[in-house]
Amino acid sequence: MIEYAPLIVLLPLISAIVIFFFGRWLPLRGALIGILVMGFALIQSLGLLYHCALNPGFIKELSLTWFQFSTIKTELGFVIDGLSSLMLVIVTLVSFLVQVYSLGYMHGDPRFKRYYSYLSFFTFSMLLLVVANNFLQIFIGWELVGLASYLLIGFWFEKESAASAGRKAFITTKVGDIGFFLGIMSLFFYFKTLNFNEIQTALAGNIITPQICGIIALLLFCGAIGKSAQVPLHIWLPDAMEGPTPVSALIHAATMVAAGVYMVARIYFMFHYGAFSLEVVAWFGMVVAWFGMVTAFLAATMALVSTDIKRVLAFSTVSQLGYMVLAMGVGGRTAGMYHLTTHAFFKALLFLGAGSVIHAVHTNDIQKMGGLSKKMVWTFWTFTFAWLAISGVWPFAGFFSKDAILEEAMLSGHIFLFWGALFVAFLTAFYMTRLYLLVFITPARDKHIYSHAHESPKSMVLPLVVLAFLSLVSGYLLKDSIHLLVPALDKLGTVPEGTVPNLSHGHHWFVPVISSLFALGGISLSFLFYFTKMFSAEKIAATFPGVYQLLLKKYGFDEFYIQYIIRPADFIAGTLYHFDDVIFDQKGVDGVGVLTDKLSVIQDWFDRNIIDKLVDLWGDLAQRASLFVKRFQTGLVQNYIFFVVLGFGALVFWQLKLNVNDFLNLF
Amino acid sequence: MNLHHYLVVSAILLVIGIYGVLTRRNIIGVLMSIELIFNSVNINLVAFNHFLYGGELWGQGFAIFVIGLAAAEAVVGLSLVLAIYKNIKTVYVENMNVLKG
Repeated sequence: MIEYAPLIVLLPLISAIVIFFFGRWLPLRGALIGILVMGFALIQSLGLLYHCALNPGFIKELSLTWFQFSTIKTELGFVIDGLSSLMLVIVTLVSFLVQVYSLGYMHGDPRFKRYYSYLSFFTFSMLLLVVANNFLQIFIGWELVGLASYLLIGFWFEKESAASAGRKAFITTKVGDIGFFLGIMSLFFYFKTLNFNEIQTALAGNIITPQICGIIALLLFCGAIGKSAQVPLHIWLPDAMEGPTPVSALIHAATMVAAGVYMVARIYFMFHYGAFSLEVVAWFGMVVAWFGMVTAFLAATMALVSTDIKRVLAFSTVSQLGYMVLAMGVGGRTAGMYHLTTHAFFKALLFLGAGSVIHAVHTNDIQKMGGLSKKMVWTFWTFTFAWLAISGVWPFAGFFSKDAILEEAMLSGHIFLFWGALFVAFLTAFYMTRLYLLVFITPARDKHIYSHAHESPKSMVLPLVVLAFLSLVSGYLLKDSIHLLVPALDKLGTVPEGTVPNLSHGHHWFVPVISSLFALGGISLSFLFYFTKMFSAEKIAATFPGVYQLLLKKYGFDEFYIQYIIRPADFIAGTLYHFDDVIFDQKGVDGVGVLTDKLSVIQDWFDRNIIDKLVDLWGDLAQRASLFVKRFQTGLVQNYIFFVVLGFGALVFWQLKLNVNDFLNLF
Repeated sequence: MNLHHYLVVSAILLVIGIYGVLTRRNIIGVLMSIELIFNSVNINLVAFNHFLYGGELWGQGFAIFVIGLAAAEAVVGLSLVLAIYKNIKTVYVENMNVLKG
């Protein structure tokens, strides 16, 4: 079993490549390969999870050295423990169901095979991240997930909005990744290794102080802020709705946003060492918790007014992620992962259900829907399960995991966090009920859309049923085993008294009761608003127009970024461009050109008048000399002889040392 | 009669020959003047041999060679003259200036 484990990661990569290049000739245009591979990975992952559940504390690290510089080596690892095997099951299960679902949803899309290739690649990236045993590998997977989400969010890139949503997702998460990368570099600076185990061991040796460790942990948490869509980097997630709906399900449930929370859980030893071990640095953990709290609250309020079915779900995802991060911040690693698991199931279900609805009515606007419960029976009933689960109604999955987080919040002693989380639970129940009522229960508002609505094909309904089942039972099933799979701390950490409570409901009857009250309160209030029409949402909106507009504008985060980051950045870029254009291009580069031109004129003059003249001079000289010498070349042999005679005479004169007098004496 | 007289005659012949070579317009005349130069040499050879090495005949022998060679030279020269005459129809050296630079 375990020796086949690396295949879980490897096969999706291979299938992504095979589908991309050869999908055209494969059955179902490659989709079959993707689904089969994912099914295999799912079975393998289930085997691993089963193994880990039976052996609490089981951990096995398979790794091979990727490259090595003297003592510093980088590994490609595969770590199997409760945490990673749980996550493997979530990822492969959701991915498997999404791929089956997409058979119907994406039927007839011109880029069908590429879609499946991307899905496989997306899953591969996430799996690579999940099984990482070192920071470098987690970072690689992290960035590949970002890339894949960019490709899939912008899958229908003919639409301008989809293309820019893809860019937005990619760039926004990169902002957080800077912090993440800084954290990784700091770790490498201090420990000369990136292996989780080695760092954990080194931490026990007190190489760095808890303060530094806490700072590094917060830097790493920056990555999670971006990836898991925490305020203030949550803005990309609602826009990510531009992608195909099954992709939204995958992003929201298992792959993209879960990565941040999973990463925090994976490196929890750092938070533990840095944030929870000493009173002086306890605020590090609080920073994390407050990020979660604020995110959960803001996103929940934004979901209240949104009328786009997918955007409501997106805000609820942000809100639930805030919940998980809140749990991480107050020391509830188990509770956070618990909620991540159950949330994965019911959020995937919500999105796939929403996809089914959109597939039927061809609009995202919930104000145009209504009464679909009669038309889409299967979708309706499965959606009901998901609605109850996310609202936190017993015995659905969300109830247990949400309670676990609330308990952690209460036990941490931060009363405000506890009541805030409860209030968010209330809001969640309210807006989910609103969505549910507007889509399925209330009378149809658009007859045309209503009359054309129809149930989705079997390949889309089947995943819904599976997920509905899981939404019902996964909370109860994991209730007792989750802290065996995901202990509050990994093996090396010693749990300080009081910081990490055990997870049993019996001791705290207070929490389940009050959370149920809040959930039911939210649901009933929503019924009063949208079903019985006892209150009018419009009137309240009209009474508080400021608040309503603020919520509609999503607290103006986008406007704020546009106004204070993008515009200045544009301005700086424009100025720099202008500077570049004028100073460097026109004055600098062109100026050099002009100078060269001028200089070349001088050189040209010098060349023509000095160098050429010198060359010509020698020619001239030779010519003049030859003109002179030419005179002796008469061609008359007698002249030549005359010179010979003259020469001979001169020679005689010289040789015999004669002078003119001797010559004259002859006569 | 001693050596000097011969040498003077020889010198006069030489000078007349050179003068003829330099001044004759007719190429035949030039060739004839060259013969005079040869003969002045011959006189020298014979005279020196006679007055300095009485019994020997080296000089005379050389003179005979020179005469033979002069005959051969005359043959070559005259045939050249004929060839030139055929080409440019003249025997005057001032017209033979194809070597002019």
